[in-house]
Amino acid sequence: MPMALGSEPITTSDTSPGRGSESIKGRSLGQIAWSRLRRDKAAVGGGVVVILLILVAIFAPLIVALLGHPPEEFHQELLDRTRGGIPTGTFGGMSRDFLFGLEPVSGRDLFSRVVYGARVSLLIAFLATLLSVVIGTVLGVIAGYFGGWVDSVIGRLIDLVLAFPLLLFAIVLVGVIPQSAFGLTGNGLRIAILVFIIGFFNWGYIARIIRGQALSLREREFIDAARSLGARGPYIIFREMLPNLAAPILVYSTLLIPTNILFEAGLSFLGVGIQPPTPSWGQTLATAVRFYNLPHYIFWPGMAIFITVLAFNLFGDGLRDALDPKTK
Amino acid sequence: MRKKTVSTVATATVLAMAMSACSSTPNNGGTNAPTPEFNAAVGKIYYESDYKGGTLKFAISEDWDSVDPGDTYYGLSWNLVRLYARSLVMYRPAPGPAGLELVPDLAESLGEVSDDGLTWTYRLREGVKFEDGTPITSKDVKYAVMRAIDTTGTLQNGVGIQGGYLQAILDLPDGDYGPYAAPGQDVSAITTPDDRTIVFHLKQPFSGFDYIAMLPLTAPVPESADDGVNYKTHVVSSGPYKFESYNAGVGFTLVRNENWDPATDPNRKALPDRYEIRLGVAADDIDNQIASGDLDVDLAGTGVQSAMLAQVLDENNPLHARADNPGSARQWYTSIIGRTAPLDNVHCRRAILYAYDRTGYQTAYGGPLAGGDISTQALVPPIPGYQKFDLYPAGPDNTGDLDKARQELAECGHPNGFDITIAYRSDRPKEQAVAESLQQSLARVGINLTLLGHPTSGYFSSFTDEFIREHNIGLATNGWAADWNDGYGFLGAIVDSRLIGPGSSNLGVNDPSIDALIDQALLEPDLDKRTAIWSEIDRKVMEGAFIVPGVWSKAVTLRSKNAANVFVHEAFGQYDYMAMSVAPPA
Repeated sequence: MPMALGSEPITTSDTSPGRGSESIKGRSLGQIAWSRLRRDKAAVGGGVVVILLILVAIFAPLIVALLGHPPEEFHQELLDRTRGGIPTGTFGGMSRDFLFGLEPVSGRDLFSRVVYGARVSLLIAFLATLLSVVIGTVLGVIAGYFGGWVDSVIGRLIDLVLAFPLLLFAIVLVGVIPQSAFGLTGNGLRIAILVFIIGFFNWGYIARIIRGQALSLREREFIDAARSLGARGPYIIFREMLPNLAAPILVYSTLLIPTNILFEAGLSFLGVGIQPPTPSWGQTLATAVRFYNLPHYIFWPGMAIFITVLAFNLFGDGLRDALDPKTK
Repeated sequence: MRKKTVSTVATATVLAMAMSACSSTPNNGGTNAPTPEFNAAVGKIYYESDYKGGTLKFAISEDWDSVDPGDTYYGLSWNLVRLYARSLVMYRPAPGPAGLELVPDLAESLGEVSDDGLTWTYRLREGVKFEDGTPITSKDVKYAVMRAIDTTGTLQNGVGIQGGYLQAILDLPDGDYGPYAAPGQDVSAITTPDDRTIVFHLKQPFSGFDYIAMLPLTAPVPESADDGVNYKTHVVSSGPYKFESYNAGVGFTLVRNENWDPATDPNRKALPDRYEIRLGVAADDIDNQIASGDLDVDLAGTGVQSAMLAQVLDENNPLHARADNPGSARQWYTSIIGRTAPLDNVHCRRAILYAYDRTGYQTAYGGPLAGGDISTQALVPPIPGYQKFDLYPAGPDNTGDLDKARQELAECGHPNGFDITIAYRSDRPKEQAVAESLQQSLARVGINLTLLGHPTSGYFSSFTDEFIREHNIGLATNGWAADWNDGYGFLGAIVDSRLIGPGSSNLGVNDPSIDALIDQALLEPDLDKRTAIWSEIDRKVMEGAFIVPGVWSKAVTLRSKNAANVFVHEAFGQYDYMAMSVAPPA
């Protein structure tokens, strides 16, 4: 559902009639949105978790050095080898030494793997979202501003992308990628390709929303004014329209990130994501399914995905409400 | 029998021999079932009974190559096919080492060999019939063999094409042969002087020919019913059961074949009335259904999944007493590809053998019970000629001798190690675990592995020179089970360097002196001398450090709640599907 205008070209003033003029204090749109956002407890909570997650991903080596073991280090001495290599301790070997317990068979530290998994998941999700947003915004604005045959062509292109069987295509493409290409090798190449696939085929929705917004902005007085002063297309698009599209772009990006996290986890789960032994949530989950009798193994990576997606969604919803109260 | 996770031949476990006494009293239709205990069906029959009737239910998580006896190479299939197809010779359906003995099935006796060793003659039993009542003749057997080795490769899955044994042994014409490639051609390699006699003419003496006559491709096929690959949808039975229905990818049912005469068949009791086989049931679901008694057998026969394993191996769990732990003539190992530098240097290969963690390898396969015993050589204990040796001792805790490894690396000219890629089958979690374990243990001496997953289908055919070079592949996980229990049946296809190439299971063993020994073994008429040659080949493979031995495979399987006459057949390393019957109703 396209969001209505999250954008007022003129600074609004919160006027209180009948008071002295010194008590009237103009507030920018940003200030209003910020105060609304702050009042939304769920959004603030989500935002804090999002920031924490990003910090966890950035400082993963530090966290693991303090609280865990290297994510690829084996600890088979802590496994019951006669029972198929399951952890000897209770709750999958959870202890102060191994906070989330151990992985069966290898004895790797599950805590470290979940922490490092955040890096892969967030990196891919952020980059893919960035790619979608850039493509979607540029094409959406162009379609909305120029209209006519340009709009028709881009419109059909959007239909094409939206109709694309992305999951199937991703499975096939990731399955056939070589060990090295475009100067990248191994997991670097896989990350690049995952970002490309997820990002390149996900810009359809955002392009549609931006096109709708641009279409209505085009008819507004300030655009007419700019035009009558002799401004040309590119200037109007980038200097006049784009700043007014910032809100929907921001909101939509925040809501696209969790979708992309789930998509990456799904691909890793299907075995077409990152190559082992680099940890990734989806992949850990895929392995854990075979050990459903060891609930800790499936619980932690599942929890990580759940919390991340929930936090981004809460934050994204709050942001939308704050920037655009009319949708309430 | 390579790909075949799900396969094959035998094992004489010490345990099996030590416990040859029966735990249950023979029981003629009575109701006193024996008390179940761990390994009660290994080396002996659990719950002997003559009760006739009932339905046995089988399931498997995926489909296998084919139910066509001429087009199948899976151990589970060779086990099952005996219900509806009779080959010339078969393994004795008995527990323990007795199961490795060959006994005549469709033939009256084992093969008679001529003095020059070049012809083998079999005589069919009198009164054998197909399911439609037509008598089985030696021509039907000849036709069955020729279609399985037809040069068009119409039936490409079976041992006839994949194994290549008949092509190596029989005196076949040059160029095309077989009913599809050359219809009407009369091949002199197999002759049928009369309706009951079939004679095989060999290029050179091959003393193990009865093993060839044991292959399911010698089960008769009526020419009139054959339509190539589609024959699997309407296989004509020569055994005690026939197909009632066949749904590709879904399952099939077998019912009694009224034209099978028990008088012609001393090996089959044919006790159940009916068999139901379901395909594509989730593996964990199969385990749970066997535990609850809704299902009798996991047809794959490779053991329970990780989740059930933890329950079954817990001695306090009631399921523990229903578990068996058979071994099989199979080894999981890793090939070292000497074409890739610096593995062309034997010292670099030996460094790997000293440095890797054997217990890590074993744990990757599930530990000593579910995975198997640590192997230090190419041959496995059930194969005659196996003599235990260990050229690369791995220290007291079996986790590797790093000093020795560094010495070898220095001698190889890479004192700080080197970088290579290990290929593994990405849809096999255990092989991924092996690759990760090797990566960890070899990194200790600076040998850095990059992991490269590749799907099982097309795994072996992907190993072209170009692929190996492009990815710098130096190691590849592998597994092999014997086609039959002798040196040739186990090592023939995996150590002969002349077979190396896309599609071959031999990815790295490359030593002309081994090839010469194989040729010598095939010509050697004396069994003891022949066995000694295979021992020597085993040693040479390890001296050349061509493979990283892994585990001699074992499995933890769950016995049916409702079945009688349950035992592990050592030739298959699985329950004997032909002898198993339904327990008498309580």
